[in-house]
Formats: sequence, C-alpha cells, structure tokens
Amino acid sequence: MTLARHQNGQAILVVFLIALILSVMPIPVWAQDFRPQWVALVLIYWCLALPQRVSVGSAWLLGLFQDVLSGTLLGQHALGLSVIAYVIVKLYLRIRIFPLWQQSLTVMVLLLLERLLELWIMGATGQPTPTLWYWLPTLVGTLLWSWIYIVLRDVRRRFKVA
Amino acid sequence: MTAVVWIAVRLAIQQISTENGGVALMVGPLMPCHSLVTAILILDGRHDYQKLGHMPVGAASCRDWALGVHIKPIFLQGPSPGARALIAVVLSLALIVADHRFRHLDRARALLSLLTAPLVYSAGLPVLSAAWIQEIFVSRTELEADKRHLHQENLILRARLQQLEALEAENMRLRDLLGSSFKIGDRVLIAELVSVDLDPYRQQVLVNKGSSSGVFVGQPVLDANAVVGQVIRTTRGSATVLLITDAAHALPVQVNRNGLRTIAEGSGLADRLQLPHLPNNADIRVGDLLVTSGLGGRFPPGYPVARVSEVRNEPGKPFATVIATPSAHLERIREVLLVWTLTPDRVPGTQESEEMTPPE
Repeated sequence: MTLARHQNGQAILVVFLIALILSVMPIPVWAQDFRPQWVALVLIYWCLALPQRVSVGSAWLLGLFQDVLSGTLLGQHALGLSVIAYVIVKLYLRIRIFPLWQQSLTVMVLLLLERLLELWIMGATGQPTPTLWYWLPTLVGTLLWSWIYIVLRDVRRRFKVA
Repeated sequence: MTAVVWIAVRLAIQQISTENGGVALMVGPLMPCHSLVTAILILDGRHDYQKLGHMPVGAASCRDWALGVHIKPIFLQGPSPGARALIAVVLSLALIVADHRFRHLDRARALLSLLTAPLVYSAGLPVLSAAWIQEIFVSRTELEADKRHLHQENLILRARLQQLEALEAENMRLRDLLGSSFKIGDRVLIAELVSVDLDPYRQQVLVNKGSSSGVFVGQPVLDANAVVGQVIRTTRGSATVLLITDAAHALPVQVNRNGLRTIAEGSGLADRLQLPHLPNNADIRVGDLLVTSGLGGRFPPGYPVARVSEVRNEPGKPFATVIATPSAHLERIREVLLVWTLTPDRVPGTQESEEMTPPE
C-alpha cells in the first residue's frame, strides 16, 4: 500500500514546460535584463505545494533541461535549482504558513541563492563577471511571486493535482 | 521507524473498516487508533496533526481517510532530502567539470537537445507567426519596390564580381610566380538564426542547419559583412555558433594596412574585441581594419573581422590597450553563412584552377 496517491501529474509537467519556454522566449533587448527566473519560481511553488512529488530529483532534471535549452554548461542551472529545492523541502511547513509578503522575501533569498551559485560557476569557469543588472531578475521574481503563487494555486485546485 | 508504525496503524484501520462494514461498529474500534496516530505525529514533531481534527466520521469516508485519499501523506518517502541534495550537487559539479574541461558530454547534450527541440520551436512561434502575418499583409507596391532595389543591387554586385575574378586570376598568377599555394574558393550555405534567447551571459546563437546539412564543429561562420564566429556544437537540425565576442573565443587576425599579426579575444560584450598582445610601439591606429590571418587553421584568410576603435598606450604597462569593434552586426544578424574552405589537391596556377565553385 502506498501512502501517497499521486494525481494529475500532467499539470505539473505542463507548467514546467511553459516555464522552460518562457525562459528562452525571444524578448526585446531592453527587456532581457528584466526576465524573471521562471523555472526557479515555478519550481519553488511546486516544491512548496507538493514536496512529496517535486523535490531535489525533479529540480536537478529540470535544471539539466534548462542547461541544454539555454546553452550553458551542463549542470550550471541544475546545481542552483537542486539546492533551492533542498532548502524548500526542509522548510516547506514553515514557508507555507507565511503571509504572502513574507513568502516573497523568502523566495527572494532563494532566487538570490540560485543566482549566486550560477555566478560562482561562471567565475570558476572563467567567464567574465556580469554587471550589477545580473541581480535584477531576482527582484522582478520577488515582485511576481504573489501573482505566481495565486495563479499556480488555482491551477493546482482546478486540475486537482495532489 | 515512525513510518513503519504509521503504515502498520493505517493497515490496521483499513482492516477494521473493511471487516466491520457497519457505521455503528466503526466508531468504537477506531478511537484508540485515532489517538495513537495523533501521538505518533506529535512525537515526530510534525505540525500537521491538527488536520486530524477534520477526521471524518462514517465507514466509507473513514476508510478513504485511512487510505490517504483525502489528506496528503505527511512523510516524505525515499532517501532523505539531505542525501538527495548531496547527490544532486555532486552530480552537477561533476557535469560542470566534465563539460568545461573535456568535451565528453557533447553527445549527451545532442541527445537531450532532441527532447528540447519542440520547446525551442514553440518558443520561437510568436516571432515566426508575427513575421508570417507581416509577410501576408505586405503590399504589392512594396514588393515591387523591393524587387527593383534587389535587381539594381544584383547588377552592381555582378559588376564587382567581374572585377574580382580578374583580380583573383591576377593574384593567382603572382602567387604562382612566388611559388606559394593558394586556396581556390569557399562553398557557403545560408542558415537562419533560430529565434530563442540563449544564456544572456554567453555570446552564442542557434542556427537552423545542422549535421544533416554537413555542418561540422569548428566550421567558420560569416555574415554579409564579416566573421561572426564558429560552430561549437551540432545536432541533426541545428548548430550552436560561438560568436567572436564570447570571452572563450580568440581569433588570429592581422592588420589589413600593414600585415601586423595578432590575436583578437572576445570580451563577453557584443560590441568589443580586445587585442591584448600588442606592445606599446606596435603600428596600429584607430580605424585600422582587422582581417583573419588564417593562421589558426580554422578561418579562411582575408575575411574582415573588426575595426580598431581605441588605442591607449600606458607607459607603465608592457602592452597597449587596443579595443576593436566587430564589423558584423552581431546583435542584429538574422542570417549567417556557413563556410567550407576548399583546399585544392592540385598545384595552383595550372590553368584549370581558374574556375570558382558556385555558392550553393
């Protein structure tokens, strides 16, 4: 007998695919610095909502696909995403009961962590250090979090993902 | 340990509820189970035990609850998150090192990119459909004007080509006198950029021709104006091109004016190349055209690369700071030329080497 009865995993998959597409979708050059870390944001939501289903393993795989898609070193995104998935799986019971603004701040810390790990990899592999604009997506992601949370919660309820 | 007890309790509840179908019989035997589960949850330090307050009454719903249909499982299964995270981090680091230091992972990447190809396609759809709609509504007069313009341009280019052929023949004769070998011509293939935004911190683009069209790793890539970069990865239907401005790219060049040879390194910015190995007294000026020298063996010689935009001599330093601006519009390219350099087997200068391979 299994304790968990998983339902409607397709919805999770579709949301992840949309996030991956959004992360490489062509946008005007001026807007490129503002592109939020879609994949990380969506991953944070699903880890928070369903830590039994989406955790470190899924995060790693997702990161690998993002690496292939965006042409970075294999493992560059995978590293950051699996670390934030780990933090959430450890703390999800606390983060869940935070009010939304407080959750946004937690999400900002997680997004910064992902960015920092990526910066570290870039530094270690001899790529040039980006400008301060590099940190802007975390801010955009923080502002977007309430909206993403509500939209994905509705998705989860609408498609009865469990 | 707690998980085992939990499963045992659940099994017991299920057993009871299936054996005693009646509603009245249910409540009695279940009560001890209920308190036991609560106790386990509190011991386990979970805060979910409040959920048991919503524990339903009634045989069917009770069984459903016991089977875990109505509430989510409280325990994470499998290895602990810490162990999983450790494995993931170690794997990622191993992959990064393997991908950066050695070139073992290109096959794996090609395989994975087969899976992501539909994503790439759908990411480009909005741009594609916008272009398509624009094409539909373009007016006839505009098309005619376009055609006239292209016709004129074609005439001018043809006239120049005549001159070029004469010059090339002359060049060949002179080289024959010097006794040096010479490359006859290049075959080119036009590829379009796939509209996706790759990692903004690397200078690379994706084009829509791959190994099925004969594209190979290391192949030079040009646009109408100048050198763009070289192919670093291929799949069947696409290829990744590393631009000359990427920080990992270096290109042997020479100054067109006096033949001074040096190396142009990418800076990571789309409009900047650095020439770090020139001494302070080198003969280089702002406005000098840099062309490929062909010394690296990858790029055919003589293609324009960049124009020098800044020369700073700092007396305290051994080398001058020289910055160049790429002649190719790297931020605005839509189409690129993939080049195959044809090296003749025969000794050049014999009469039949005059023929040029027509571009594809």
